[in-house]
Amino acid sequence: MNAVVRARRRGRELWSAGPFLAPSLLLFALFFFYPLGKTVYLSFFLTNAKGEAKSFVGWQQYAELFASPDFQHSLWTTLLFVLLTVLPGLLLALLLALLVEKPLRGMAFFRTLIISPVTVSVATASTIGLLLFNPSISLLTYGLKFFGVPDIAWLTDPFWAMISVSLVTVWMGLGFHTILLLGGLQAIPQELLESAKIDGAGYLKRLRHVVLPLLSPTLFFVLVVSVIGAFQSFGQINILTAGGPSRSTHVLVYSIYRDAFFNFQFGSASAQAIVLFAILLLLTLLQFTVVERKVHYQ
Amino acid sequence: MSTLQPALEKTALSPAVRRRPRTKQVTTAAHYLVLLIVSLIIAFPILFALSTSLMTPAESLSSPPHLVPSHLNFTSYHNALQAAPLGKFLLNSVIVSAVIVAGQLLTSSLSAYAFAFLRFPGRNLLFYLFLATMMIPWEVTLIPNYLTIKQLGWLSTYQGLAAPFLATAFGTFLLRQFYLQIPRDLYEAAVLDGCGHWRFFLTVVVPLSRPALGTLGVYAFLQAWNMYLWPLLITNKTGMRTVQIGISMLQNEEQLAWNLIMAGVVLVLLPTVLLLIIGQKQLVKGLLAGSVKG
Repeated sequence: MNAVVRARRRGRELWSAGPFLAPSLLLFALFFFYPLGKTVYLSFFLTNAKGEAKSFVGWQQYAELFASPDFQHSLWTTLLFVLLTVLPGLLLALLLALLVEKPLRGMAFFRTLIISPVTVSVATASTIGLLLFNPSISLLTYGLKFFGVPDIAWLTDPFWAMISVSLVTVWMGLGFHTILLLGGLQAIPQELLESAKIDGAGYLKRLRHVVLPLLSPTLFFVLVVSVIGAFQSFGQINILTAGGPSRSTHVLVYSIYRDAFFNFQFGSASAQAIVLFAILLLLTLLQFTVVERKVHYQ
Repeated sequence: MSTLQPALEKTALSPAVRRRPRTKQVTTAAHYLVLLIVSLIIAFPILFALSTSLMTPAESLSSPPHLVPSHLNFTSYHNALQAAPLGKFLLNSVIVSAVIVAGQLLTSSLSAYAFAFLRFPGRNLLFYLFLATMMIPWEVTLIPNYLTIKQLGWLSTYQGLAAPFLATAFGTFLLRQFYLQIPRDLYEAAVLDGCGHWRFFLTVVVPLSRPALGTLGVYAFLQAWNMYLWPLLITNKTGMRTVQIGISMLQNEEQLAWNLIMAGVVLVLLPTVLLLIIGQKQLVKGLLAGSVKG
């Protein structure tokens, strides 16, 4: 009897739930689940310029991708870009968070300046980058001259183009990563630091044995988030270098963009998107199984 | 022994005690110096954009470059809004962002209600389906979404710019967590009084969850305002560009002076800079809310 009443009530709540869930479900079906399936589907087909699947080719497009020197180059470029942006960015944000953590008078002002990169978008950051890296009027080059550094072709030299794009990326992320790490630092119990101090531990010792272990969950979180973000970078590359010079900044998402929307190879571009997804999934799992073991949770 | 102890401690400590204020002052001064230098370096690109926007065209193009304008010249803002149709770009961005914020608040608060208050068959399965949408990088759905919008004839329209972003699993989770804190008794009492779900939702749940709605709103706004790849694909008419696309294309297409472009950058930064200065807590909350997504 009771079960019948409960079942009837659950059935009634299904009817009530419908209208609450319908808008989200409809939008997800149209703009998430359908395209997800479609991307997998397209990756097995040759398509025409309108993006219609024309002939089934199975795994052939994946095989061609991995055999293609251009795609291999894109993968390596992406990896290099991730290495150049994630670790320096994390380290710099950690130093900044330690710097602004001290409760000094007027700290709110400095903190605001230091987290100010959170206000920029990829387009505004890159546009400012265009000004600072501009060959004829670069304040950066001009400033470095004072220190005896010769002129640098920021965006036109393959080596420096990668450095410039990475610089902009690290700077863009600094504010947000500092906010996250500052939050982590402020959550460390003061008693632990005090007792370490009383035991005679100096600043570096406290940093190494108390602060960093307790901060490791936040550091790990920032690591995971910024690795994923770095793999998905697009705007700064499109605006600053357009993948060049000589493909030196031709990262994976840029390659998807070019192949789909300029070469109209929707099938191959879909396969690349699936590869990107697989890489991100693997890396995230790897980070959770390998790196997270070293993370100290309270 | 007991009389000796304080004396011993005193002699042992005294040099340190005497030295401390001096070293402390010095380290504090050093700390301020480092802070000043570092914070100026970090904020430099933004400050330099502001400075360039106040220069004359000649100053902004001069070599060696100027660091600050010789006098404050606000005409570049006027010119940027008129000549470079930045006014139109800003309007487009405001409309699209407003639609996305409103859409996300509406769809998320509704679906969160179902997950927090209603028990129905398949609820867990649906919950996992929502979760799945957060796990998959959106590049994976990009190409078919573009084709869909194209087929609907929505290229270069506001609905095309906003449609894929009107529902978010993340917003649903954020609000569901908040709704779960609403006392269950309130719900039971309302049901006993014969209050329907819709009335309970509108008169109790929505007013109570204003702080969470605010956080989601700030987050959704930041996302929508700063969006780059989607509007780049979807807009092929100059007049329909959002401000992010407009600003990054000023440099390529028109021979505009840097002071004008930087005036544009400053205008685009304005909403987020204001949030940083006036509502730092809201901004940080909005950003942190989003970081869960990774």
